[in-house]
Amino acid sequence: MSDITQSNAPGQHYPPGEHPDLPPPPGTVGAIGWLRNNLFSSIPNTILTLLAIYFLVVSIPPVLDWVYFEADFEGASRTDCTSAGACWALIDVRLKQYLFGLYPSDELWRVYVAGLVLALAVLPVLFDKIPFRKILLVNTLLLPITGFYLLSGTGSGPDAWLTTVETPQWGGLLLTLVIGVTGIVASLPIGVALALGRRSNMPVVRAMCVTFIEFVRGVPLITILFMSSVMVPLFLPEGVNFDKLLRCLIGVSLFSAAYMAEVIRGGLQAIPKGQYEAASAMGLSFWKMMYLIILPQALRIVIPGIVNTFIGLFKDTSLVLIIGLFDLLGIAKTVITDANWIGLSHESYAFVAVIYWVFCFGMSRYSIWLEAKLHTGHKR
Amino acid sequence: MKLGKFLFAAAAVTALSTGASAGTLDDVKAKGFVQCGVTTGLAGFGAPNDQGEWAGFDVDFCRAMAAAIFGDAAQVKYTPTTSKERFTALQSGEIDVLARNTTWTFSRDVNLGFEFVGVNYYDGQGFMVRKSLGVTSAKELDGASVCIQTGTTTELNLADYFRTNGMSYESVVIETSAEGRGVYEEERCDVYTTDASGLAAQRSTMADPSEHIILPEIISKEPLGPLVRHGDNQWGDIARWTLGAMIVAEELGVTSANAEEMASTSKNPEILRLLGGEGDMGAQLGLPADWAKNIIMQVGNYGESFERNLGTTTPLALERGLNALWTDGGILYAPPMR
Repeated sequence: MSDITQSNAPGQHYPPGEHPDLPPPPGTVGAIGWLRNNLFSSIPNTILTLLAIYFLVVSIPPVLDWVYFEADFEGASRTDCTSAGACWALIDVRLKQYLFGLYPSDELWRVYVAGLVLALAVLPVLFDKIPFRKILLVNTLLLPITGFYLLSGTGSGPDAWLTTVETPQWGGLLLTLVIGVTGIVASLPIGVALALGRRSNMPVVRAMCVTFIEFVRGVPLITILFMSSVMVPLFLPEGVNFDKLLRCLIGVSLFSAAYMAEVIRGGLQAIPKGQYEAASAMGLSFWKMMYLIILPQALRIVIPGIVNTFIGLFKDTSLVLIIGLFDLLGIAKTVITDANWIGLSHESYAFVAVIYWVFCFGMSRYSIWLEAKLHTGHKR
Repeated sequence: MKLGKFLFAAAAVTALSTGASAGTLDDVKAKGFVQCGVTTGLAGFGAPNDQGEWAGFDVDFCRAMAAAIFGDAAQVKYTPTTSKERFTALQSGEIDVLARNTTWTFSRDVNLGFEFVGVNYYDGQGFMVRKSLGVTSAKELDGASVCIQTGTTTELNLADYFRTNGMSYESVVIETSAEGRGVYEEERCDVYTTDASGLAAQRSTMADPSEHIILPEIISKEPLGPLVRHGDNQWGDIARWTLGAMIVAEELGVTSANAEEMASTSKNPEILRLLGGEGDMGAQLGLPADWAKNIIMQVGNYGESFERNLGTTTPLALERGLNALWTDGGILYAPPMR
């Protein structure tokens, strides 16, 4: 035996306390160890892993080819798209319509300004530690007014400060955001009011709230939209009609408020009775008790439910296409009916799916962040 | 939003009187534009173009009405309507005229209280097959497998047609037209059947449109036309003769290019009447004397509009077929303008 083999021989015995620190056995750490633990820990797992790898190998290259490598990015109609992949020229040419519908090009700056105002209005609501929060909150409170006048204009005629852009010309992401934001902003306070009303001791208030919630939850959103678009005009005298988008906004807001009310009621019921009694014992009025004690705790509990409702509502806005409003999905369907672009449904739908995903994923991440921030005392 | 308008509406409801209702024409003149109901998107008939402006065959009718009334085809506002809400929109007065590939049927004309002012497109159910099949007539389709949308009148028409001709078929049921195109392209059916204009639209999206032919047989009647509300005959007349003027202009060979010249040089009294050089047809309709000339110069005659939106130079590549003038073997026919 040579020296070298001696020192490296397995099972070599060291005097007590002189055993050197050996690296962990290969195959339990690093990439291989991770693979072994997570992907190949048992025979069924190994089979599933191999199947998944096979599936990915088979499916990803064609998708990448379609999306990028064999795709056409420029052109004036679908006939310019000669390769086998996607025809992104459609998105290139129609991007403005996807974002703003048929909003006149000369007035688009108003949408940009409105978008900026919206962003500035949302920030102080979402984050409580940003600078100038008070000033920004004023902007937030004024948002319904500023947003409305920016988008819709102040009047027609040459001397109008902002020319009227009628709501049938709104569309795309703009319209989706208008409906989504209005629904979200309106449904939370109405929902809180309904939830409190449903738990009220006053029989009339309670009955009204229960009736409203159960009625609205009992019919699909499509029914409400159809009622607002098809039935309401028939009840009004001929020649009198008010804006289709407004009717739709009212319908969407009330619909989501009913769902919101039930989510919030869940939170209210989770608050122990002692909290109510303690607040009453301190002599707080009903509203003070709710505002200071109950709602802050109740709303915190139901953040996932609230955000869930918001995300659902944001996607439900796509239903307005059945009443002839060109929201994001409506535009996606409409642009591919142009004879130049007909049949490019994959591209169109893929594009709007990405937009929807970005917004919904953003909301979901924010909700996780907010939970982590507020749940410090409850974390297990 | 539109609070003022809403309050006005509320006030109007309270007062239960909107005063003596003026005719639609006066209302339209007062507001300065025609409110036209269009489709939410149908290839060739109506869809926003790349610039975000509405364009298409039905849209051209709206523009023609604006040209007749205001002398400016751009004085139109479009209300996109779905097939379910289109009639309500017209009944409630939200729109002045509906130009949305709507089939003229008895119940719509009579029961719903509308007035169809004519037919601007004769559609009907047709068949598309692969050229390689070697079929030239629907009568040779015995035993074929047919892709058909479920729950539609096309399904019934198909059954009737095959039974009448003593043929059998195997139906491949599909849900949507996009699905149908896929199934047909995968050769899971020999024949694809729907409205002929729809077939043309589907064909234009196929990998090689020239491999497919649309058979000449049309087995159902789908006369599509613009419509207005019952009860205002003057407005109905304007709509009817807007369409009529476009068809007559084609018969007489008046186009957007030569209308100006013909108005001054033509010896044909019919052309002179049409273009406002003679007679008082405009005044009888409550329109300017050059109403039809404006239509033709700004929108074009029927044939020009057809070629621009649907014809063989477009991706849809529709033949005139039934929609050719009666003098050219079609059934397109407008009453004489005199």
